[in-house]
This record gives sequence, C-alpha cells and structure tokens, in this order.
Amino acid sequence: MTLALETISLSKRFGALTVSDQIDFQLEPGARHALIGPNGAGKTTFVNLLTGRLTPSSGHVKMMGKEISSLNESQRVKMGLGRTFQINSLFNKMTVLDNVSLGISERLGISKKMWRNASAFTKLKEESLEILSLLGIADDANERVNQLPYGKQRLVEIAISLGLKPKVLLLDEPAAGVPSMESGRILQALDVLPKDIAILMIEHDMDLVFQFASKITVLVQGAVLCEGTPDEIANDPRVHQVYLGEPNE
Amino acid sequence: MSKLVGFQSNPRLRISELIPWVLALVVFFVLPDYLSLGAQILTYILFALSLDLITGYAGVVTLGHAAFFGVGAYTCGILSAKLGITDPLLLLLISAIVCSLLGVSTGLIILRTQKLTQLMLTLAIAALCYEVANKATTITGGADGLTGVIIGPVFGLFKFDFLNKTAYLWCLVILFIFWYLVRRLIYSPFGITLTGIKENKQRMQAIGVPVNSYLLKAYTFSAMIAGIAGALIAQTNQFVGLNVIGFEPSGEILVMLILGGVGRIYGAFVGPLVFLVAQDFLAKQFPEYWNLGIGLMLLIVVLFAKGGVLGVFDKLTTFVRSSK
Amino acid sequence: MDSFLAAIVSVLFYGVAYGMVLYVISVGLSITMGMMGIANLAHGVFAMCGGYILVTALAKYQIPFPIALALSFLIVAFFSVFLDRLLYKHIYDAPELEQVLFSIALIFISIAIARLIFGTLQQPVMLPDYLKDQFTFLGRDFPAYRVFIIVFSAILIAALWFGVENTKWGAMVRATVDNRAMAQSIGINTKLLFSITFAVGSGLAGMGGALGAEIIAIQPTYPFEQLVFFLIVVSVGGLGSLKGPFFAALLIGVLDTACKYWIPEVGAFFIYIVTIGILLWRPLGLMGKRA
Repeated sequence: MTLALETISLSKRFGALTVSDQIDFQLEPGARHALIGPNGAGKTTFVNLLTGRLTPSSGHVKMMGKEISSLNESQRVKMGLGRTFQINSLFNKMTVLDNVSLGISERLGISKKMWRNASAFTKLKEESLEILSLLGIADDANERVNQLPYGKQRLVEIAISLGLKPKVLLLDEPAAGVPSMESGRILQALDVLPKDIAILMIEHDMDLVFQFASKITVLVQGAVLCEGTPDEIANDPRVHQVYLGEPNE
Repeated sequence: MSKLVGFQSNPRLRISELIPWVLALVVFFVLPDYLSLGAQILTYILFALSLDLITGYAGVVTLGHAAFFGVGAYTCGILSAKLGITDPLLLLLISAIVCSLLGVSTGLIILRTQKLTQLMLTLAIAALCYEVANKATTITGGADGLTGVIIGPVFGLFKFDFLNKTAYLWCLVILFIFWYLVRRLIYSPFGITLTGIKENKQRMQAIGVPVNSYLLKAYTFSAMIAGIAGALIAQTNQFVGLNVIGFEPSGEILVMLILGGVGRIYGAFVGPLVFLVAQDFLAKQFPEYWNLGIGLMLLIVVLFAKGGVLGVFDKLTTFVRSSK
Repeated sequence: MDSFLAAIVSVLFYGVAYGMVLYVISVGLSITMGMMGIANLAHGVFAMCGGYILVTALAKYQIPFPIALALSFLIVAFFSVFLDRLLYKHIYDAPELEQVLFSIALIFISIAIARLIFGTLQQPVMLPDYLKDQFTFLGRDFPAYRVFIIVFSAILIAALWFGVENTKWGAMVRATVDNRAMAQSIGINTKLLFSITFAVGSGLAGMGGALGAEIIAIQPTYPFEQLVFFLIVVSVGGLGSLKGPFFAALLIGVLDTACKYWIPEVGAFFIYIVTIGILLWRPLGLMGKRA
C-alpha cells in the first residue's frame, strides 16, 4: 500500500533550537488522522514542512511514494497536497463563490487565460457550488467573505482547499476560533469530506479529535511521543502526563 | 464600484462607460485651443491606466513606473532625432518592445523581493534611468532635453499639425485600444487571479498559483503600456525632457491615480484629467501653493476618502439612491 | 603613486564622512520600519528640518554651534511626536499603498512649506571659526569640519549602539523588531515604545541632516532627492537592523565619493547597480532579519 504521505526522519532546526526532531510519520490513503500535542510542540512547523513552506534541515517527505522534499509549495499543491490555515487566510473582499473558484480555476488551467471573459467559464461556478453545497454553505455563495460569521468563514477555508481536488488534506486547527455553538458545523463538514482524501488534522479540541480520528499521533517538543487509536491514546499514561491532567472527552 | 471584479462579473459595457469617449470627442470639436493639453491628458490617462493595472489590480506598489514612461519617451525621441525614424506607428512599436524588455528584466529583479526592498528597488531603477538620461547628454540632450524630434504623418496620411488635431486623435485612438485590452484583461480569469493575488498572496501560493510568474506577466504588460504612453508624449510634444523620467513623475502619476480612484480603471481617467487641468490653471499662478495643495489633498484622500474622486462619487450615488 | 595614495585617502575620508551622516539620518528609519512595518518615506523631511534649524540658528540667531546642533535634535524629535500623535497613528495598520501615499503627501507639504519660508536656494552653513580650519596631509586638504563630523558621529553611534544593547529600552526595541506580536504578548507597550523610538530616530535624522548640511545641501527638494539614498542604506543594510545600515552607509558613502571623483560622467549610476546587485544576492540586506 502506497502511503499518501510519509516523512522519514524529518528535522528542522533554527540555530540551536530543534523544532522538529527526526519525525517518522505515515499517513494512509483515506486516513482520518489527527495530530495533537501541547502548545509549542511543533505541530504547525510540521505542517509547514509537509507543505513546503519550510525547508527541512534534514530528512525526507514523500507523497504517494514520490519524493517531494525538493518541491516548493505550489508544486506540491499541483501534486495533490492541500492545506487549510489555523487563522483564516481568505480573500476577504471577494465572494464565497469566487474564493472557491480561484483554486478550481488554477487547477483547470483557466487562470492563465488573459483575453477571455471569466464568466463564460461556467464550470467554475458549477464546481464551486457543488463544494459549497457539500459543506452546507451554498446559500452564502454570493456573500462577501468578510460579511460572514467566523464559523462559516472556517468552512470557506476548507472549501477553498477542496477546490484543489487534493489527494491529501492538511487541516490546521479547523475549529480554532469557532464559537462552541458553531463547532458542530465544522464536524459535519469533516464528516462529508470525500472518503478517498487522506486527511491529517491538527487540533486542540479533543471532542473533535475523538469524534473525527481513527488514528492519533501525539507530538511533544518536536518529536513523536506515541501513536495509536483514540482509545489507546486516551488511556496512555504518558499522554495524560503531557497534558497535565485529563483530556476532556 | 466597491465590489471587486469576480468570476461572475458581467463584462458587458455599461452606458456610463461611453462617457469618457463622448467627452473626448466633444472636446475635440468644442475646445480646439486646448488640444495640446488634451493630448497630454490622454497620454497621462494611458500612463495611469498602466499603473492601475499593476498597482490597483495586481497590488504591486511601485515608485518607479516613470522609468518605463521615460524610456518609452526617450526611445521614441532618440530614434527620431538621431536615427531619423519618423513613422509614429513604428516608433510606438519599437518603444513598446524596448519597454517590454525593460519590464521583464526589472520585473524579474523586483518581484523576488518583499515590501520595502521591492519599493526601494522600483525607486532605484527609476533613479538609475534618470541618471542615464541626465548624463548621456549626447544621446539624450541631458538637462536641456532632446530636441529635433520629428514625427511623420500617421499612416503616411495624417500630418502632425500645429493645432495638435492629429496628435489628439492619435492619442485618443491608442488610448482606446489599450483601454479595451486592459478592460478585457481585468474581466478575464487572469485578471481575477491578479485580484486574488493582491487580496491574499500567501493563500494564492497555497492553492498552487505561480504568483511571481503571473505578476511578471502583468508587470511586463504594464511596462509596455507605460512605454507606449511615453512615446506618445514624445510624439505630441516633439520634445523629451527630464520631467518624464525618474522618481518625481512616478510619484506624480501615483498621486493622479489615487486622486481619481485606484483599482477601478476609470480612476485612471478622472485622476489625470482633474490633476492636469488644475495644474494648468493653478500651478502657473501659485507654484508653491500648488504643491501644498496637492499634498493636503492627498493627505485628505488617504485619511478620509480612500476611493478618490470616484469613491466619493460612489458614496453620493449610493446616498441618493437610498434616500429615494 | 604618491598622489594616487593621497587620492584614495582623500576619497576614503570624504566618503566616510558622508557615510556617517547617511547612517545617522537613516538609522531611525531602519528601526521604525523594522518595528512597525511602516513605509515612512517622509523620513528625509526630518533630516531637512534639522538642517534648516541649524542653518537658521547659526545665520539668523547667532546661536552657538553646539547648541544649534542640540536644537536640531530636540526640536525635530519633539515635532515628530506631534506628527505621530496627530497623523501617523492613522496609518499604523494601513496597507502599504496608503502608507506610501501618506508619506508622499507629507513630502509635498513640507517641500511647499520649506519653499515658502526659505526660498528655493541652497542654504549656506555659517560654521563657527574653530571648525573652519583645514589639515593638510599628503598634499591634500582635509577640512576640520569633516573630521568633526566623523568624530562626533562615531561618538553618537557608539552611544546609540551601547544604548540599544544595554538598556531596557534597547532590549524592548530589539524584541519588538524581532517579533511584534510576541513582544506585545509579554507586556511591552509597543505603541508607546514606537512613539519614543520614532522620536529618537527622527531626532537623529534631524541631527544628521544638520551635521551633514555641508555635504547634503539643505534645500526644499531635499526629501525627494535624498529619499532613494536613505532607502538604499536601509534596504542594503537590512530593515530593522541597527548595525547593517552602518556598513551599508559607509559603502554607499565611499562608493559615491569615489565615483564622483574618478568617473563623474557616470554619477550615481554605479550606486544603483551595486544596490541592485547586493539585493539580488541578499534580498533581505546584508544583516537583515527574516520577515
């Protein structure tokens, strides 16, 4: 079985500070995998190493069995690696529909067309609406993103990555900043994500993690502490210790 | 128009978009004594349009766009005065090519850098061009300017007359052509992608868009248009002076664009019109107060009226509509 | 060979003097831009003000030179606080384009005011007699005033570097330049810090403008004409860096002087080429911090 994503001894050092410490990680195709760990464990750094935003000090990253360590961010995206951001990184003054269309347009090679009128490309609208419907926000298609409540914006964040038709999706704290009454919507969205996408989610919200993930990796001080099913992790004394108390289940 | 152009925007021409052209033609027939100023304004509108494309739509702030304007002007002038090439279309073509090349090469330099460094490089490049124009006196005429620029008739038929009729119409036609092209570009997927890049460059990279490659294309196209505008000014004035190159005209055109309204095509029409007409009447009477006035006006726009003249106009029409 | 050596010494001397002045003026710009990310292109206005204060104090009011110099720092620093409270605070978080336009507006206004008050001509600097001497060395003249510039700037710079390395203010500045959000989260009042730093930086610019009044002529177009050099010093040195711009300034100062001496037909052309070259090699400047 070819792994969707794999890191081999991946490390990142900033001077004397080691932020990622020889991480061996495996993401299976169709995975519902979560990465947890206390603040400062190096989770976002790890994601940035996976996406190509940061270059590793040593080690390798592979996707679908292919070596991608030397590829930049855009190239990895073209290979099928998508990500969302912990803090919304959206096209605020544009409509929800446009936000999603931008990614689709690039993927289909439409973005580089300079002389044809954009509204003629109806496929963009069709595909965008499909994704928005999937996530339950099709009604907001023509709203400007900065007019939406934060929870819905988080969904647009996910929608944009779906437009890339990724094979691997990295979700960086999808519930971050979402008021608890709206977080149910996030979970619903995660539930309907296509089964063939391998998903790695970084999260602090343990409710979400335990409902979503079938496998959990715990990262502490840049290194993997342990890995296993939600039950295994919930009962692992080392994890309890790391979190200085019981994780709220 | 505070809404950004998106994938669903309708590109069909609105009636109001015909106003500038009707106005331009009216001026031709009704104000024959002002055609020299008119031609200047049309040229600066083209220049402002090129700047709007790269700064207003693509989000690259440049303090050196007059490098292309100036190089276009001097290329045209030198080809005519020193090499005897006088066909206006050919001159425009060569200036366009030269400025495109300059655009690509400088674009490659500046687009690799961020914010302040990028800004400074645009300034340095313009300053560099100014130095060359200033020092290479045998070719450029230096501080005295380049004289002896002779322009032949357009298509061999329409001579450049003293009343500037040909110049005015020639500038109008060229402006029309590039207005059309720029407008098409803005409503194209590429144009909307540029808008996206301006909105959130980081996210565009994260969705696989080759941001620098697209920006380079836009920058080169913008440089070419600015160069053509420069060539037009050389053809209209039959003279090229240092005032078309360097930091000062770059700052000025930026001011003109902002006053009109940035990121909405027609700001590039309104800005130079208002600025140059005001300058023509006021700057000669009260030169110090002109600078002061422009500075204060700019300050007010930046602090209170970010959309420029068109922005204010928008607010008024919204207000009028909502009170009906 | 003797005269070539003399020429080199002379170029170095004048170049270093020019470079020191450039640094004293530009260091404030580097720190404030690094700190708050504001594109303040109007920095040259402060240098110009300092210059006008000095020449007016000397010529019109016969104020002794040391006091006039001190005034150029104090008045400009005070004035900058006023500008900061009144105007700059509106554009702290504004997009780059707005900040650029804002600074251009300030430049236009200050040029107009300078022209109205002082006229368009270059201001003559009435140096006190004790600074008007010359030294002769290797057959060349070395004006005492340039020596004064070098020595005084060196002391000023040493004090500044010491202050930034060893005082609490300096530590807070360094922290904020490094990571503003982090600095705020550990309780540093970045707004107040910025105002103080802005005042110091602008005051230094004023003093630099005054010191260098003989080298960089004080006239209304000063902010427009010199802007590119201040920006070059800051970008080549490294935005936010304290020491980087020092080396950049010396490099520019000596290079410019050398070019003007040996290849005057080329003018500042070479400086721009070198700047572009350095920035292509090191886009963040010689000692720049990662954004």
